Amino acid sequence: MSDMLFDIFEPGETPLPHAGDEVAVGIDLGTTNSVVAISRQGKPEVLRDDKGRAIIPSVVAYGRDDEVVVGHEARNLILDRPQDVVSSIKRLMGRGIEDIKAVAGQLPFEVDGDATGMVRLKVAGRTLSPVEISADILKAVRAQAEAALGKKVPKAVITVPAYFDDAARTATKDAARLAGIEVLRLVNEPTAAALAYGLDQGAEGLYAVYDLGGGTFDVSLLRMEKGVFQVKATGGDAALGGDDIDHMIAELFLAERGVTSLDAGRVKQALMTARVAKECLTSRSEGEWMLEFDGKVSKHALSRQTLEAMISPLIERTITICRQVLEDAAALPEDVKGVVLVGGSTRVPLVRKRVADLFGTQPLANINPDEVVAVGAAQQAEALTHGSDTLLLDVTPLSLGLETMGGIVEKVILRNTPIPAALAQEFTTYQDGQASMMIHVVQGERELVAQNRSLARFTLSGIPPMAAGAARIRVTFTVDADGLLTVSACETTTGVESQVQVKPSYGISEEEMAEMLKDSLEHAKDDMAARLLAEAKVDARRNLLAVRAALSHDSDLLSPSEREGIDRAIATVETACEASDREAILASAEALETATKPFAEKRMDRGIRKALAGVSMDSLEKRVGE
Amino acid sequence: MNIEAHHTDGLEACVVECWSCKGPASPRALFCSVCGAVQPPRPMDHFQRLGLMPGFDVDQGELERHYFGFQRRLHPDRFAARSAKEKLMSQQQAMALNEAYETLKEPLKRAAYLLKLKGRKADAEDSAKPADPALLMEQMEAREALMEADSAEQVQAILARTESDIAFAVDDLSQAFAAECLEGAAKLVMRLKYLMRLSDEARGRKSRMTRGTL
Ligand SMILES: Nc1ncnc2c1ncn2[C@@H]1O[C@H](COP(=O)(O)OP(=O)(O)O)[C@@H](O)[C@H]1O
Ligand SMILES: [Mg+2]
Ligand SMILES: [Zn+2]
Repeated sequence: MSDMLFDIFEPGETPLPHAGDEVAVGIDLGTTNSVVAISRQGKPEVLRDDKGRAIIPSVVAYGRDDEVVVGHEARNLILDRPQDVVSSIKRLMGRGIEDIKAVAGQLPFEVDGDATGMVRLKVAGRTLSPVEISADILKAVRAQAEAALGKKVPKAVITVPAYFDDAARTATKDAARLAGIEVLRLVNEPTAAALAYGLDQGAEGLYAVYDLGGGTFDVSLLRMEKGVFQVKATGGDAALGGDDIDHMIAELFLAERGVTSLDAGRVKQALMTARVAKECLTSRSEGEWMLEFDGKVSKHALSRQTLEAMISPLIERTITICRQVLEDAAALPEDVKGVVLVGGSTRVPLVRKRVADLFGTQPLANINPDEVVAVGAAQQAEALTHGSDTLLLDVTPLSLGLETMGGIVEKVILRNTPIPAALAQEFTTYQDGQASMMIHVVQGERELVAQNRSLARFTLSGIPPMAAGAARIRVTFTVDADGLLTVSACETTTGVESQVQVKPSYGISEEEMAEMLKDSLEHAKDDMAARLLAEAKVDARRNLLAVRAALSHDSDLLSPSEREGIDRAIATVETACEASDREAILASAEALETATKPFAEKRMDRGIRKALAGVSMDSLEKRVGE
Repeated sequence: MNIEAHHTDGLEACVVECWSCKGPASPRALFCSVCGAVQPPRPMDHFQRLGLMPGFDVDQGELERHYFGFQRRLHPDRFAARSAKEKLMSQQQAMALNEAYETLKEPLKRAAYLLKLKGRKADAEDSAKPADPALLMEQMEAREALMEADSAEQVQAILARTESDIAFAVDDLSQAFAAECLEGAAKLVMRLKYLMRLSDEARGRKSRMTRGTL
């Protein structure tokens, strides 16, 4: 066989560049709370503040001047300066103003849309996007990590709800960029939790991860085996969590008090009280709480029993989603070996009971449910920077498709397809001489475009005149390992092409991003330059490695003077890589490429000659074999 | 072996250029034997991609072992600290592996794919071919029975029968392919397609019934 000519070369024989000094953390950027952790030599550690606290409330308070306060202090300001404080911003990530109009009445923010339909919040005299507010949280998280480690933390794995759509994922990545963090990978929260469990407890078999936090619900079914974490199916609701319980209780209390219309500040106050009541009822069976404002005190009694009756439909929704996920994975509840609980809301006794009922097994909560996601993210960050034996194989949570005639969705990538994935579908024109085609990308499970989430629209133009139905338009969907989508379209009979990185309709444009980077981060430019320099070095070192390998393999093809020329070019690249001049590195790499061109041609020649000999052997064998 | 034959035709197919060291590389190699760079996925069929013998009978355990083994070496997570070009190559490799795995994992997709490899379309894709009247009849009757079933037990009975029919159809497919009877295999693919749809519908109906929302 011809491939016997070549030995298999294993990666890993060449060490990862700079493996030693990289600091990469894992960040659980939660709706309610954020946590940051690091893993070194396989040992994860949650990074705490100077008071020993791991949790950073995802709450931001804005002052009149440039003051930005994040975390516990910001949360303490909710009662004093409610109009300046933003919480649960994650619920608005990647949302358009149209998406949230339905819930705007319940939101404790003053919201507004901009010209593009993107949500903006009016806080303390500023107008801010959810991306900017999330970036402020991430900056505080980064600062806590840097203080704990005593060094810069430029890279991170950031977790997102498995059920986050493309727009919300892109928004998260944009927020990280604004905060000066390079995202090594977006990892789904339940997958991160499973990784932490699998590595810590050596769990093997089919496991469910049930994650009910403040604003989102996720459930994933994974098979864990010999270091492979394979997500079989995932499902969830990106707008279902403990916040909804708080809203129910707050509405009850306000109704009891006889209030009908309220400003944002009062709503926040009522929500705080509701949350305290809810959390108390996790360990107690009843209690009484007070609301005090506008010079009036009202008392509100609530029992766990009443609360459970109220929230039962909400919990049933999560159970229905669990059933759907089991069905998608063609699994039965009894196939599931264990259920891992994640998220603060899984402390609610009724949640535990219903989950135990469904799966017929007592759920596991032996790793702190507040920290497990960050721990898994940290482990993945270490794996990505230092290598590892474990492997995460994740899936797309939602189907991706295109609008076709009559507003019907044609699915191109089905939900629960393993990622990265690339799939193509062919379409045709429906009018004679049609020169362009509108391509509308949607995400979701429903049949009609209007019932799904619109991700992007673009036009493939320049289709040469053809009869209706003659053109062959091939639309390719590519989902990368972060779950982010790119769509390209091509008319295959002529090769006319068009490609978009799907920038969601409500996302931030590149120009806006550049503006924001300039405004919000003094060092953004330096960070960007540093990243480009690092990339140029990685590329140049890859080239050096390749040329050296080729030399040690085929140096007999070179005359001494040719060899000398290549050696000189190598030395120039080496010197350039020691310094910090990106242009010099790029130029030296190009010079190296030119210097080695004749050498490469000779190598190819010899390779083909050798293979030719191999082929004739091969075909001879085949004839004999027939 | 006949599947491999058309890939060894021609010179280009025997030697390709490594994008990194620009020297000769084998079209089958995942990594360049000289410089170690990960190579892009080369044109090959899904069986070759996963190192399996082409055929309908695929051992699930073996399929998974091979898939995981290749992903361990090629998945983008292994290349996160490397150059942009290597990241791209590994992403393309992982995509090709995922597509191969998804296609070969399920009997229906595997059978349809195998037919295509052997140059025969499944009957549904062959618009010139009229649908099999006996199959149409059977489908209609089964649909009706499912619509009329008004207890979870009745739906369960239909589901159980469909699942056993699926198992038989898969067995028959295995025999048809073993006997190189593509005509028969194409018919069975159609039958399996309809049975799978029926079992999906039955399962959906059953879970709606047991949840009491029907
Ligand atoms: N003891 C408790 N009982 C009930 N709910 C709780 C309890 N502790 C925390 N929670 C709820 O958990 C949610 C926060 O969970 P967390 O996992 O931190 O959220 P997120 O991942 O969305 O940031 C909040 O809604 C909070 O009220
Ligand atoms: Mg969470
Ligand atoms: Zn090479």
